[in-house]
Formats: sequence, C-alpha cells, structure tokens
Amino acid sequence: MRYSGFRVIKEALTGHKGWTPHWRDVAPKSNYDVVIIGGGGHGLATAYYLAKEFGGKRIAVLEKGWVGGGNVGRNTTIVRSNYMLDGNEPFYEFSMKLWEGLEQELNYNAMVSQRGILNLYHTDGQRDAFRRRGNAMILNGSDAELLDADGVRSMYPFLNFDNARFPIKGGLLHRRGGTVRHDAEAWGYARGADSHGVDIIQNCEVTGFRIENGKVLGVETTRGYIGAGKVASSVAGSSSRVMGLAGMRLPIESHVLQAFVSEGLKPTIRGVITYGAGHFYCSQSDKGGLVFGGDIDGYNSYAQRGNLPVVEDVVESGVSLIPALGRVRLLRSWGGIMDMSMDGSPFIDKTPIDGLYFNGGWCYGGFKATPAAGWCLAHLLATDRPHETATAYRLDRFRTGRMIDEKGMGAQPNLH
Amino acid sequence: MLINHPLLGPRDASEFTYLGDANLLNRPDWQGENAVEAFHDYLYLRDNPAGLHRELWFHEQGDRSWLVVTRNTLTHEILGVEMARDVARNNKRFEGDAQ
Ligand SMILES: Cc1cc2nc3c(=O)[nH]c(=O)nc-3n(C[C@H](O)[C@H](O)[C@H](O)COP(=O)(O)OP(=O)(O)OC[C@H]3O[C@@H](n4cnc5c(N)ncnc54)[C@H](O)[C@@H]3O)c2cc1C
Repeated sequence: MRYSGFRVIKEALTGHKGWTPHWRDVAPKSNYDVVIIGGGGHGLATAYYLAKEFGGKRIAVLEKGWVGGGNVGRNTTIVRSNYMLDGNEPFYEFSMKLWEGLEQELNYNAMVSQRGILNLYHTDGQRDAFRRRGNAMILNGSDAELLDADGVRSMYPFLNFDNARFPIKGGLLHRRGGTVRHDAEAWGYARGADSHGVDIIQNCEVTGFRIENGKVLGVETTRGYIGAGKVASSVAGSSSRVMGLAGMRLPIESHVLQAFVSEGLKPTIRGVITYGAGHFYCSQSDKGGLVFGGDIDGYNSYAQRGNLPVVEDVVESGVSLIPALGRVRLLRSWGGIMDMSMDGSPFIDKTPIDGLYFNGGWCYGGFKATPAAGWCLAHLLATDRPHETATAYRLDRFRTGRMIDEKGMGAQPNLH
Repeated sequence: MLINHPLLGPRDASEFTYLGDANLLNRPDWQGENAVEAFHDYLYLRDNPAGLHRELWFHEQGDRSWLVVTRNTLTHEILGVEMARDVARNNKRFEGDAQ
C-alpha cells in the first residue's frame, strides 16, 4: 500500500478500515539464501537493500524480540556526517546522502529533520581541532561552518557563554546534520524489505550456528533449525554473544549508554547542541521533550539500565551549559547496550568462517550509520567485496595496524 | 554500585576508574614464540561475557590500589572483591618469582 496525504484523507472519511499491517507475520522456512540475525535498523536496512539494489532472493531477518526493541528504538536519534578520518567520513557522508532521500525511497515518514548540529568549542586548541575536522568534512563532500561566539549567540542566546572555566568561544556548525524519528526508520525499512519479499521473523532467537569444514550451513533458533547459504550478524550490543556461538572472540566490549527526556516544552532548542567541555548533547523532539545524553557508564554491562552517578554527571554538564535546564523536570531515562570496539570504529566484514559475515562495533553512533551500513553489508553479501566507502571496516585491522581511532584513545573501549 | 574494598570496606563505585577484563593481568611473554599473536589477542580481543565477569577497578579517589571485582554484567551485582596484587601473585605465571 502506498502512503500519501490523499490516502490519509480517504481513510479518515471511510473509518480507517483500509490500513493494512506494515509487514507480514511469517513462520520461518527451512532454508534461505541469506539469513540476517537481528531485526534492528541495520539488519532491516541490509535486507531491504539486498533485495532491492542487489537482486537478493529468499532473505530472512531473524529477531529475538520485536522489530525496534533494540538500540534502534533507544537512541537519541542524531544523524550526522562530521567525522574526520579517511576510513570513516566517506562512509558517513554516504549515509547522510541516503538519509536525505530516505523518505521518498521508502514512501514512509521517518521525520528526517536536518536541523543542524552545533559542536561547541571552549579553547583555542579545540577551535583549531574543529577547524581541521571541518576541513576534512568539506573535503569529503560534507558541510561545515566555523562560528565565533557571536555566531553561536545569535542561534542560542540562552547558553552559558561566560562560564569562568569553560567560556563558549564558538562552534562547528554542520547544517545537514539533525535528527530522525528512530523507530519510524526501523518500521519503514521493515515495510520496504517485506514488500520486496523479505521474511521478517520476530520472536526468533539465534541460539547456535551449524558450521562444517569451516563453512556455515545455517543457524539454530528458538523456532528450529534454519539453513542458509550466507549468514550475517547485525546484533549491536549482543555481538560478542552471537559471534561467540560461532567460536569467535571479538575486539568488542558491551557497555550501557543512558538517555534522558524531559517534560514537553515550547520550542526552545531548534537544532542539536553538543558541549565541548563535558560529554553532553541535547535536541528537542517534535513532541517538545528535550532529549539528551552523555557518557556511557563505563563498565561492561548487558543490563539495559545504568546507574545514578552518570545521571548526575550528565545533568550537571547539561545545567552548566544551559542553566535554564535546572528548571526543567526529567521525565524518563533508559539504557541500551553498546557494542564498543577497541578503536571506536565499526566492522563490516567477512569472518574466517566461510559464509558468515559480521556487522557491529557501532559504539554509540550506529543510528546515523543505518542506511549506509545496510547498503554496505548488502554489497558485501552480494559481491563478496567491500563497498568503496567501507573498505577500512575490517575485523583484522588491529593485527595489521590500521586502526580508525577518531579520538586517539587506544584500545580502551570505555574511553571512545 | 558499592565495591566492598578488602581493606577499606564498602566504597561507592564512582571513586574508582574501570580498566576492563582481569585477564589484562596475564601479560603474554614477549619472548614467546607467538608473542605477536599473543599480544594481539591480549590487547584487542575480549570474552565480553553476559553474566559473571572478573574485571579490574582502580581506586583512584581512594587508596589507589587495583582490585579484581567479580560482577554480574546482566544485573550489576557484585559477588566478590580481591586485591589485584593477590590475584596476580596467585596466577601461575608468577609462582616462581613471587619473592
Ligand atoms: C541511549 C542511546 C543513544 C544513542 N544515540 C545515538 C545517536 O544519537 N546517534 C547515533 O547515530 N547512534 C546512537 N546510538 C547508537 C545506535 O542506536 C546503535 O548503534 C544502532 O541502533 C545499532 O544498530 P541496530 O539498530 O541494528 O541495533 P538494534 O536495534 O539493537 O538491533 C539488534 C537486534 O538484534 C537482536 N538480537 C540480539 N541477539 C539476537 C539473537 N541471538 N538472535 C536474534 N536476534 C538477536 C536484538 O533483539 C536487536 O533487536 C545510541 C544508542 C543508545 C543505546
């Protein structure tokens, strides 16, 4: 069914009886050409592009819970193309271009809103680093503008400009960055994949792999054995658990990241603001709530909930940047499990096991990557060669010394 | 989270910084035959279990000792705390040169 304004009016006049489910509820078949584990944004986007762009047939997405119940439904919805390193920025720019056409592509309102992202700087050194990053972004076809304090003041007069310790000296503005309605994006890809014949199978947890002579033959699931020509894992925070079932150890630790939303306010913050002197970022949802977050809790966790010290730290950072925030009531907080990699960058690669592919290590930044990660994993599955923007995302890069460490933190996942 | 420090009693986890898997105590032998491979695995690969995890915490805002904390990563429950020094001494590798 195609969605349109006309359709909404027609359905309104006929008692909304014509709407159909977004995707079919199917039982798993005994065999597929490609099985994708994980019905988050990445798994669904992979299935969609594999079927649509690469002519894939007989594809299944296996999801242990429900579509949108993982990180894709828990993130703070920021999309941006403002990385610096060569291995990253062409990929994120590719992703941004896919976001720009996504709603037309999927015929689905994902509320893609390029409201601009402003990274604040507070010292001369930080300004120089931002200038360099902005130049790298522009070289890769993205956009960046360096603002001085007055430039920032004209956009957000209520920030704490004259903080004695961390005065705001300006910011790097990335106008094409913004936010996207996160679960709409998952539903949109699920609907699109389904319409191209992909089976989306929920409540189906992968519990093991059948591997013979170094080749994967299929997966054991809570709904029985499913044979597969190729298997791709796209399970975000569960990456080590799932790949562990295939006997692999990964350069990944799982950590919890919390997010917060305030009571609904009148329009206050029109774009996304990030604090340069503490870890805090904030935007305002279309419902009016301020959506914000900060650091990961910092210890290995699969609990999907964090602890109070980080709540306090995030809120303190927020109030020191936006003093008015002190008057706002916090409505909810929640957590999601991040697949933190050893250099802060992701993997889209084959594994040493024939027919088994891995996509993960997205840390706290995989939402913005969803369209490109799906496209690039589909490209890899279909052609066995990496997409040109994803050649650096190799699983063996620590062995070969080709880390992609944007923050320069080394092999310490909780610092990326 | 409260970490029951063997010397100081229960301390708030926010007094500590976290390093990671306690396997980091078991540094490979740099003269070993597979030293390159062993160091790659030691530095970059993790078991990352969902469940019991032995991990290194540093009491940065306290007595600056290293602890090995056994914690459930699914519930954050802490089941045991030892001095990392004692754990390292008890590890086989160190048996010979404990003096
Ligand atoms: C609080 C928070 C804020 C964030 N903010 C941002 C942001 O602002 N911008 C940004 O770009 N990124 C952000 N992220 C990161 C982003 O959400 C993730 O990197 C991204 O969603 C991961 O890809 P996914 O959507 O495929 O993951 P998920 O939605 O987690 O999908 C993985 C799926 O795999 C399933 N699964 C796991 N194990 C199995 C199994 N054995 N069998 C079958 N299925 C299984 C899970 O149930 C899950 O549905 C944030 C994350 C969190 C938690």
